[in-house]
Amino acid sequence: MRALDLTMALVLGGLFATGVLLMLQRSLTRVLLGFILLGHGTNLLLLTTGGADPLPQAMALTAIVITFGVTTFLLALAYRSWRLSGHDEVRDDVEDRRIGTVRERADDEPALGVEEDAG
Amino acid sequence: MRVLVSLPVLLPLLAAGCSLVLARHTTAQRLLTVVVLTAVLADAVALLVAVHRDGPARVAVGGWPPPLGIALAADLLSALLLTVGVLVALAVLLFAIGQGTSERSGETAVPFHPAYLMLVGGVGLAFLTGDLFNLFVAFEVMLASSYVLITLNAGEARVRAGMTYTMTSLTSSLLFLTAVALVYAATGTVALDELGRRTAGLDEGVRAALGAFLLCVFAIKAAVVPLHFWLPDGYPTAPAPITAVFAALLTKVGVYAMIRTQAELFPREDTWWLVAGAAMLTMLVGILGAIAQDDINRLLSFTLVSHIGFMLFGLSLFDVAGFTGTILYIVHHIVVQAGLFLVTGLVVARTGTAKLHLMEPADGGPERGTPPVITALFLLPALSMAGIPPFSGFIAKFALLRAAAAHGGVAAYAVAATALLTSLLTLYALLRVWRALSAPAPGPPASPVLTVGATAGMVLVGLALAAGAGPLAELSERAATDLLAR
Repeated sequence: MRALDLTMALVLGGLFATGVLLMLQRSLTRVLLGFILLGHGTNLLLLTTGGADPLPQAMALTAIVITFGVTTFLLALAYRSWRLSGHDEVRDDVEDRRIGTVRERADDEPALGVEEDAG
Repeated sequence: MRVLVSLPVLLPLLAAGCSLVLARHTTAQRLLTVVVLTAVLADAVALLVAVHRDGPARVAVGGWPPPLGIALAADLLSALLLTVGVLVALAVLLFAIGQGTSERSGETAVPFHPAYLMLVGGVGLAFLTGDLFNLFVAFEVMLASSYVLITLNAGEARVRAGMTYTMTSLTSSLLFLTAVALVYAATGTVALDELGRRTAGLDEGVRAALGAFLLCVFAIKAAVVPLHFWLPDGYPTAPAPITAVFAALLTKVGVYAMIRTQAELFPREDTWWLVAGAAMLTMLVGILGAIAQDDINRLLSFTLVSHIGFMLFGLSLFDVAGFTGTILYIVHHIVVQAGLFLVTGLVVARTGTAKLHLMEPADGGPERGTPPVITALFLLPALSMAGIPPFSGFIAKFALLRAAAAHGGVAAYAVAATALLTSLLTLYALLRVWRALSAPAPGPPASPVLTVGATAGMVLVGLALAAGAGPLAELSERAATDLLAR
């Protein structure tokens, strides 16, 4: 096993951290950028672990091609989402919205109580 | 042997290219996909017979020996799962053709057939690969086609669900790649059989960390609680046959990768508390989620999550009997879960809704039940899923419970008790659906022959599993013994 030098470790850590942070955002464009950074981080990790060994380089090449293809697909999907809904924000999931409506109804009509069926 | 091992990967991938060229000729495209999948099924059966007779087979692709080349390897476990997987894929394809999922949008060409063939090729590669990095590639091939299938004719709901699904899968894929990089850094190889020898010499801490990393990656793909949130949100929005094939195959490939890597790379002697805990949590959270649902597709998706727990149950025992139970359960679940989703497809085509409260007979409201044929087609796999004898679910659950009793210990008994409770709750959740379906149906039945035929075929295969339980159990036991012996 090769020792990892400090610069590389910092760069890798930075890429992973920024990637994860961006992926947690609501906007699809940022999520996409986060995915790209995370992909770069992983490929760089593959290269640094291998050193002059050609096998990890071949793996990184394969991974770069896959990441490239998937990025194109995600861009198309984000564009589709923008065309359909006019924005590229990720909405709450179905269950969250259902629970949200139950709470709103409970707030409006306190007499009925919170146990009302979500329907 | 070389041909037998490589055809399940090569044929669908080549056919996917041809299918893309044939985009304007619907009939030719359909015929090609059906013929190719039938050929792959025949090949998988021949492979299963050959492996059963001669033992595991390895093929160095292109004549390049490992470590530079990539090996395809077939043993009993992979051949068995490949056979069942392709069989289900073929049945779902016939359903999709009957329902017209492949060409609903009119003007624009829908890449259903090429994507479906790529999906089958990816699943085949995942089962047959003998190389950790190639397993990553197989997952990518399979998932990339699933991204296309889940966003076919995408409306707003489907794009939203597709985005969640895609991002979750991609995150787990990147984590998988990171794990591959770390495994290579620690051992200097990615060939699974060589890795099995080298991980034994690793430092205890490094070994445990790598094992947990890979477990976590496949737990996301297999939708193990608490990493399951993407599944019930993503699957139900897709068209019925696509949901069926995803539910039947994709999560099971995750479970397969999990048991393959853990058994070969990180074997252990004792009960695995972490997995036992995850199994209990998965069963309970999944089935309680299912009970709370009103939409049949969402209900079945939660049931799917819940029953992944049964597969973890066998893994947590980590002995031959436990693995036998897990393999039996995977085979049973692939068939039965696909059957249930296909019946739901029939129900939606018939009544126009998957919401239970709309089907319940209301005073003066329209009658929204289904004809007896569909009701019966739902009831049989539902009873099997809940583990009622003499169906296949009972046999798989019995194998697991017997393994737990033979294994002994607090963890084994606790998981066994949870499994029994979950089976009971599964029966409740599915019979609730069945009651809604058996409401009086308006008019004569008018379902297309092909969709009903494909669904009935799937249900019959489920019954056949129960009829052939003896040989199947023996096969699973040998597969488990081979897996742990290495």
